[in-house]
Amino acid sequence: MTTTSIAPAPPTAPTSPPRRRSTGRWFAENGWRHLVGVVFVVYAVFPIVYILSASLSEGGTLTGSNQLFDTISTANYAGLADTAFWSWVVNSVQVAVATAVGTVLMGAAAAYAFSRFRFTGRRAGLTTLLIIQMFPQMLAFVAIFLLLISLGEVVPALGLNSKVALICVYLGGALGVNTFLMYGFFNTIPRELDEAAKIDGATHAQTYWTIILRLVTPILAVVALLSIIATFGEFVIARVLLQSESNWTLAVGLYSWVSSLLEANWGLFAAGAVISTVPILALFLFLQKYIVGGLTAGSVKG
Amino acid sequence: MTVLQEPRTESHARRYGAGFLVKLALMAVVDAFGVYVLWAAWVAESWIILGAMLAMLVVVNWVYFSRRAVPLKYVVPGLVFLFTFQIFTIGYTGWVAFTNYGDGHNSTKEDAVTALLAQNERRVEGSPALPLTVVSDGDELGFVVVQPDGTTAAGDAEQPLEPVEATVADGTVTAVDGWEVLDRQQIIARQGEVTDLRVPVSDDPNNGSVRTQDARTGYVYLPTLVYDDGADTMTDTVTGTVYTPNDDGQFEAADGSTLDVGWRVFVGLDNFTTAFSDSRYAGPFFQIVAWTFVFAFASVATTFLLGMFLATVFNSPIRGRKIYRTLLILPYAIPGFVAPLLWSGLLNRSFGFVNQVLLGGAAVPWLTDPWLAKLSIIGVNLWLGFPYMFLICTGALQSLPSDVLEAAKIDGAGRLRTWSSVTMPLLLVSTTPLLISSFAFNFNNFALVYMLTGGGPRFEDASVPLGHTDILITMVYSVAGLDGTAPKNFGLASALSIVIFVIIATISAIAFKRTRSLEEIN
Repeated sequence: MTTTSIAPAPPTAPTSPPRRRSTGRWFAENGWRHLVGVVFVVYAVFPIVYILSASLSEGGTLTGSNQLFDTISTANYAGLADTAFWSWVVNSVQVAVATAVGTVLMGAAAAYAFSRFRFTGRRAGLTTLLIIQMFPQMLAFVAIFLLLISLGEVVPALGLNSKVALICVYLGGALGVNTFLMYGFFNTIPRELDEAAKIDGATHAQTYWTIILRLVTPILAVVALLSIIATFGEFVIARVLLQSESNWTLAVGLYSWVSSLLEANWGLFAAGAVISTVPILALFLFLQKYIVGGLTAGSVKG
Repeated sequence: MTVLQEPRTESHARRYGAGFLVKLALMAVVDAFGVYVLWAAWVAESWIILGAMLAMLVVVNWVYFSRRAVPLKYVVPGLVFLFTFQIFTIGYTGWVAFTNYGDGHNSTKEDAVTALLAQNERRVEGSPALPLTVVSDGDELGFVVVQPDGTTAAGDAEQPLEPVEATVADGTVTAVDGWEVLDRQQIIARQGEVTDLRVPVSDDPNNGSVRTQDARTGYVYLPTLVYDDGADTMTDTVTGTVYTPNDDGQFEAADGSTLDVGWRVFVGLDNFTTAFSDSRYAGPFFQIVAWTFVFAFASVATTFLLGMFLATVFNSPIRGRKIYRTLLILPYAIPGFVAPLLWSGLLNRSFGFVNQVLLGGAAVPWLTDPWLAKLSIIGVNLWLGFPYMFLICTGALQSLPSDVLEAAKIDGAGRLRTWSSVTMPLLLVSTTPLLISSFAFNFNNFALVYMLTGGGPRFEDASVPLGHTDILITMVYSVAGLDGTAPKNFGLASALSIVIFVIIATISAIAFKRTRSLEEIN
């Protein structure tokens, strides 16, 4: 860097800055930013406060939820036990975790191959992945539905209404979405490390499992997280594939509550929404930095 | 980690260490599963699945036991899933788009013939009454009958009648090998199933089936249609009408009437023609395409403008900036399905918070008026989407080169001028790829539309279940009939998917040119 950076004098106050700035001055400088901030924080946070209040209201109806924090009761939360809600939670967690693990394993392995080996078809492979990335899997949900009808006639576990099948379908999108994110990160790990290991007699598998994977842990965490968030929120494929209520994920289940008899189920929905939001929110806030890094590296909320 | 070893010339994978054993065990599991699928596909006569599985097994085993395919060892697991559940499904969509797959055209011609014969059966006048016993095999119900010649035979819905050893008392069967005889109580409990059950007399559907009304006596029902294999015609034995197969995959009589079960055939571009010019679909289709573009564009524009505005506002160091930032991105951390559902409650016409509290009891039809519903969707998407834009704009602003800004300052540019001539263009350069993918994402934002308005309010003039806020992807869902509100039409739905593919591909091609991401591959 050049050392010519001019002294960072405040540009707005070239002539003798007053000790105490007037209120008007303060407002023009920074105060309006606080005003904007408060207005938009209310806009951003209000619906979240509302749903929290609705989940704690006693009545459990939509009308009854309009007085914020009028009554505080855990009746709605207790009421969840009489529904299939908790099995939806279990399903969602199972599907999201299994998909995340599979995605990380397969995506990292593919990124390693593309980053470290030079083979015929490598360029074509990367280009193909880049193109496939543009077509979200959900566009083909009709074909996925028909494919699973046929598969189910052969292997029932891979047919409609099976969580295993749903996980497999999600894993189909694993390479397309995440390989590039990882590929970039793998390229930042110096190749000298691999070569040193190779000279020391490590096989490619040993290099991969014991050296590379440990160095790329941050990107693995980001991909796992993005995968969990995306799978947890995925709606259309889960809705098309999972048919019996006990197999639904949270997205499908909560939708069914709101779409049928909105008024009566509102309290239950609110409680369920709060419970399904908390883990994602917590993950998000704790790992904000990594997620933001991963996002700006080129992925979109999916 | 790095155990010092003599460099060896042979491949290390050949040594029988722990890694090799793990690989062997994993491959054993994969192969066992593969062989099971092969066998199951053989039994179910699914030749395509059999072939695909066999090919995959061969490839996987070659990759993992060959010394030459090292890179493939790392790519193959992902590739298997990618091929099956993404590339194949895209290809399959293309295939279905050119067929009439859907209600009434669900399967092959052979299945259609069987179904037609089974559906059009009548009790034959004067056919002998067969003493019948209802039996079960775990879950499946079956019949055991005493045939006129005194022998006994059993079968169920899948399995035609076959001779069995049975104990006969008073002319009816009281016990039979391999089946459990149901008592009166059990029969009453499953009455509907019993009267619906048809047990084929033989493998040939022309021979009819045994059915019962009272669970004691069975009669042979014969199809009123007869299929002539050689001439490929269906003949109605009652009226004598002869039906011949037509190009639409149905049996058609000379007077143009058709039988109700058909089969899949290629229909060429018919599905596309339907979408673009059929009177029922074309009007809604063009409206929906236009709205999809407007929605996707407006979504990106509104979220980006708000996100950029807030990012600029909080780009200067003020007190509490971190707290503001954290609170502002909260909507982004809400699971994608909670937000639209939550807003559908807030915007509810009669009981929602917005009408009841904020507007003091007004009954604004936020989600049921065509224009307001569109506005609501864009508004809710703004709430959902601005934090993302806020995040990426903040990141982009922080990485702006400071020397350019300084140069602008030295040249005497004011704040506004600096912003419009320097900051904004630089910001756009670094965020354009993300804006394009955001456009593509919103173009297919199924969950938002489906959960908030369900596509409604409905078009008044359309006979198809489509509405003013439907976007292309929700139209695909409705047309496919997967939620049961409309007859299933997989062919047309797939054709619409292809239209989306083409649009996305065009957008992507532009994106490619713009960002030259390909150059990053070396």
